Amino acid sequence: MSMQIKPILAALRQHKAGTVLIALQIALTLAIVCNALFIIRQRVAHLSEPTGIDEANLLVVANQWAGHWSPAQVDAQILADLAALRQLPSVRDASPSDGYPLSGGNWDNFVMRTPEQLKPTTDASVYMGDEHMLDTLGVKLIAGRNFNASEIMQMASRQVVIPPVVIVTKALADHVYPDGSALGKPIYSMTTTPSVIIGIVERLQRQNVSNWSKPYAYESLLWPIREDTDGLYYIVRSKPGQLADAMREVPKALYAQSRMRVFDPKNGGSFAQIRQRAYDSDRGMAILMGIISVVLLAITAAGIVGLTSFWVGQRRKQIGVRRALGATRSDILHYFLTENLLISVGGVLAGTVLAVGINLWMVTRFEMSRLSMGYVGAGVIVLLLLGQGAVLGPALRASRVSPVEATRST
Amino acid sequence: MFAYYFDLGLRSLRRNPALTALMVMAIGFGVAASMITYSVFRAVSGNPIPDKSARLYIPQIDGWGPQQNSKGEPADALNYIDAMALMRAHRATRQTFLYGVSMSVLPEGSQSLPVAANGYAVYGDFFPMFEVPFLYGRSWGAAEDDSRAAVVVLSEEFNQKLFGGANSVGREITLDGHDYRVVGVARHWDPKPRFFALFNGSGFQDPTDFYLPFTRAMDVQVNPSGNSCRGHMNFAGWNDWLQSNCVWVTPWVELDSASDVSAYRRFLEDYAADQQRAGRFAWAPNVRLRDVAQWLDYQQVVPAESRISLIVALGFFAICLINTIGLLLAKFLRRAGEIGVRRALGASRREIYAQYLIEAATVGLAGGVFGLLLTAVGICGVSLLFNPEIARLAHLDLSLVGLTLTVAVFATMAAAFYPAWRAAQVQPAWQLKAN
Repeated sequence: MSMQIKPILAALRQHKAGTVLIALQIALTLAIVCNALFIIRQRVAHLSEPTGIDEANLLVVANQWAGHWSPAQVDAQILADLAALRQLPSVRDASPSDGYPLSGGNWDNFVMRTPEQLKPTTDASVYMGDEHMLDTLGVKLIAGRNFNASEIMQMASRQVVIPPVVIVTKALADHVYPDGSALGKPIYSMTTTPSVIIGIVERLQRQNVSNWSKPYAYESLLWPIREDTDGLYYIVRSKPGQLADAMREVPKALYAQSRMRVFDPKNGGSFAQIRQRAYDSDRGMAILMGIISVVLLAITAAGIVGLTSFWVGQRRKQIGVRRALGATRSDILHYFLTENLLISVGGVLAGTVLAVGINLWMVTRFEMSRLSMGYVGAGVIVLLLLGQGAVLGPALRASRVSPVEATRST
Repeated sequence: MFAYYFDLGLRSLRRNPALTALMVMAIGFGVAASMITYSVFRAVSGNPIPDKSARLYIPQIDGWGPQQNSKGEPADALNYIDAMALMRAHRATRQTFLYGVSMSVLPEGSQSLPVAANGYAVYGDFFPMFEVPFLYGRSWGAAEDDSRAAVVVLSEEFNQKLFGGANSVGREITLDGHDYRVVGVARHWDPKPRFFALFNGSGFQDPTDFYLPFTRAMDVQVNPSGNSCRGHMNFAGWNDWLQSNCVWVTPWVELDSASDVSAYRRFLEDYAADQQRAGRFAWAPNVRLRDVAQWLDYQQVVPAESRISLIVALGFFAICLINTIGLLLAKFLRRAGEIGVRRALGASRREIYAQYLIEAATVGLAGGVFGLLLTAVGICGVSLLFNPEIARLAHLDLSLVGLTLTVAVFATMAAAFYPAWRAAQVQPAWQLKAN
């Protein structure tokens, strides 16, 4: 571009206030949009994490026993319930459980590699179910074997039962035995009694996926236990495409077995509902940050249009003089585009510093991760283009100013 | 003069409709984003018991030790042994120990299905301590605590559900197969956040259904909704579990003066030291005594989402205001000629300044009205943006309407300080000459 920058800088000095305001607005917009986009990406990444289970065909019933039940009565009822559920035409399989992935509530136990160690090796989400649990969840067994029916134990309220066998996720196996030798080895879960790893599943999400759980992502264990306490969950896997039928049939079948129970409507449901509930604040943050970013960019663009139009109006006479002295339309157009580019570059430089500063503050204050410079780079390009696009209209109008304007008195 | 300037301001709004619309929209969006996020923040960060929050304390005793506690802090609740020791020592004006329970109730009529109900096992002091208002009957007292009485206090909402809102005092209800006599019905009382029961709760759960005596709950072995244990778990039943290091009891004490507070703190330290001497704790005393505000802060009751979104919205508003400064500057200086004439006809700088500030205020007011509209729409859709437990607390009340308009007007006037000053600086001679 043959445009000289010096005269533009000289002209900018004539309206410092407007220049500073546009630069400041671009800087702040860059800072906020970068951080907002970064928040969106993190939240979307979090809510897109797979669970490792057959989500499309799963439903969960939160079942609480009503009235007074002895553990033996509860156990008999669970067996009857499961038999009834597994016979339903729309149901492929069903399992009792103490929890389900993404439930938010959590049963987690510390896991140790040796019996006497006090400091835990890690923390595992605890699933208790029977030999149908793997098939019901639809998790993939990548080593070893499933539980068999004779290994299923019973556990009453406030009783600790440590089964001799356990199935773990690959993440947990690799954490406790980093050399990959976990199969057949013991783990100790808040006890001196070993549980031998008989199977490893590829992936099973934890019950709780909030911030504190992150260091133990996907570390879960399955115990062959039927829990005969105040209540339990029934996890039901429908035959492909028959989830809606199963959702209708399952509660009816359970009430037909016994009416002395309560289903918690805010807990369980189809897995789509569970996923929705688990990630509602992540989704909300992403939507809010998205709306704010879009409106912010629009307002900044509109502000640039407004102020540049004013400048063009103010300088009609000078533009006329320049045109009369031989400047082409394209010269005038380039003048305003370059002017905006200079201001924008100043703005994005300040904005980059600000964006990183805000992010560092959020890192210390809200345990967020570091902003990757890719976001800042993308933000810089977006804002430079936005500035050029916004200034194009007023600049074109300026370029159409006729040289005759030079002779007018205003 | 004010009315005249206001009228001028309204006229001027119509003169540059595009520029005006732009400013009104910027202010409207900015103020609405701030108000929507503020309405949520206000709901989650409020003081749930303003007149007593400085007199209610939650003691914590480290029963896990430095190897197993979290970052050196004692657990968020007490184990049964320590809770009962504090209960028996009774060193506070009032004290309660509590835990959340989930039980089932069979409503009257043989055809009905049982319903789930959530409540708390508490001591009788709970009600006067936390100033629970009563609709019918009364709370129970120390005598019922001691006699482990099968009594219950219902919430107004639960009384409505079970008894259609009638005075149910003296009636019986069956919780998990055991009968309880209703001694009182609490008038609607649901402090947000629910500061007294943050162990295993977000602080924003559904309203409570009932309260029953802690001592009775122990007798019939009502399980807590949650507990947290460390080390080796090797209990075989209820009594073993009570003696374990599992924490689940939330204690609260009412302390009336600073000296009472320091005396109680000393008592906690002495107790922990005794436990160390007795060999139960293998570590030095590690206790805390936090009041309501400190407890809410420590438990991070205000979700990070709520803070982040408020901060981002305020940043957004700041940008909208900078935008407005630029546009006001353009709008005012475009009328330099007009200002010159007015100045030449005798208007002082002060008057010009006042005129343009008032004109800005009219822009602000228009922006505020637009912002109010957006805020109302936003609060309807707030459940899309926040967790439903929290979203339902946000509402548009008179104070928020007032705040929206006030903030819009004053922020716009603040934005107009510089443009109006520039307008007042216009040299009349210069303008008249050019014309």
